[in-house]
Amino acid sequence: MSVADTGAFAAWVQEFARSVAEHKDDLTALDSAIGDADHGANMDRGMSAAVAALAEKSPADPAALLKLVGMTLVSKVGGASGPLYGTFFLRMSGALGPEDADDESVGRAFRAGLDGVIARGKAEAGDKTMLDALIPACDALDAALTAGQPLDAALAAAAAAARAGRDATVPLVARKGRASYLGERSAGHQDPGATSTALLLDAAASTLAGG
Amino acid sequence: MARVGLVVVSHSRPLAEAAVALAQQMLPGRDVPIEVAAGTEDGGLGTDAVAISAAITAADAGDGVVVLMDLGSAVLSAETALELIEDDLRDRVVLSAAPLVEGLIGAAVVAGGGADRDRVAAEALLGLAPKQAHLG
Repeated sequence: MSVADTGAFAAWVQEFARSVAEHKDDLTALDSAIGDADHGANMDRGMSAAVAALAEKSPADPAALLKLVGMTLVSKVGGASGPLYGTFFLRMSGALGPEDADDESVGRAFRAGLDGVIARGKAEAGDKTMLDALIPACDALDAALTAGQPLDAALAAAAAAARAGRDATVPLVARKGRASYLGERSAGHQDPGATSTALLLDAAASTLAGG
Repeated sequence: MARVGLVVVSHSRPLAEAAVALAQQMLPGRDVPIEVAAGTEDGGLGTDAVAISAAITAADAGDGVVVLMDLGSAVLSAETALELIEDDLRDRVVLSAAPLVEGLIGAAVVAGGGADRDRVAAEALLGLAPKQAHLG
């Protein structure tokens, strides 16, 4: 069984920040089609601040690290993705103790984060939101871990499920957020939140199980 | 006499400050604590749950706070801010579903008259009524 230590969580956050910066213009382009054209810039601002906060404060354990990332995001992102991603990381933090996270703890933390996003956004599967990537990702993670797969394989399955969920948002009609103002016109566009969530899971798959 | 505080949450600092100026017009000589949490640190459009929690704390004089907000992330950030404040203060905070400008003015007027928190929150929710009555 592998263990996700503070360094692995820091690597995850740094990789997500790098990936968000790389895809910043793509995320904003998706958001300009059905939203307020700020998702890329907002997530980049928030994740850059999170990486800077980690460098400045060097949190001692995974729970402290995830809390610092969550608090930074609820403050610095600006848009709805701030309280949503921020709550995700804060709830993950709350699900972990001060010790390094074993496979089961990682699964439990992702599930707690998902529950936090659901509670915060009050959205459901199929509403064309980040949940359409996050719900299948957490389900795939749990299923793989329950089947006894190692954490790296389980996270890879979760990332694949998130990408599939992201792709499946294209025909959906948005029922939450700015895109819901567009009604039927939101169909035919990939959801920006589900797109950044797929990046979050890709980053987890390449870092969290250690290297 | 109760002294209920108000917090204005908006994506835009100029929008929030102008709404407060409109409300202050209705409060000559009356002291109602109105705090603003609006915009991003760099002056852009956005909301900040940490700043909202600080504004709620600053606006509370012991009788509680009614929070007015615009849309989208303002609502999610205000809900997040409730998780960041002390437990006893949280019990004294109402997040109002009222429209920002109309709700703020209604709330400010009754808060200036010394109404308690529930009355201020109820008045905010009635903020659209005069406009609806006028337009029929």
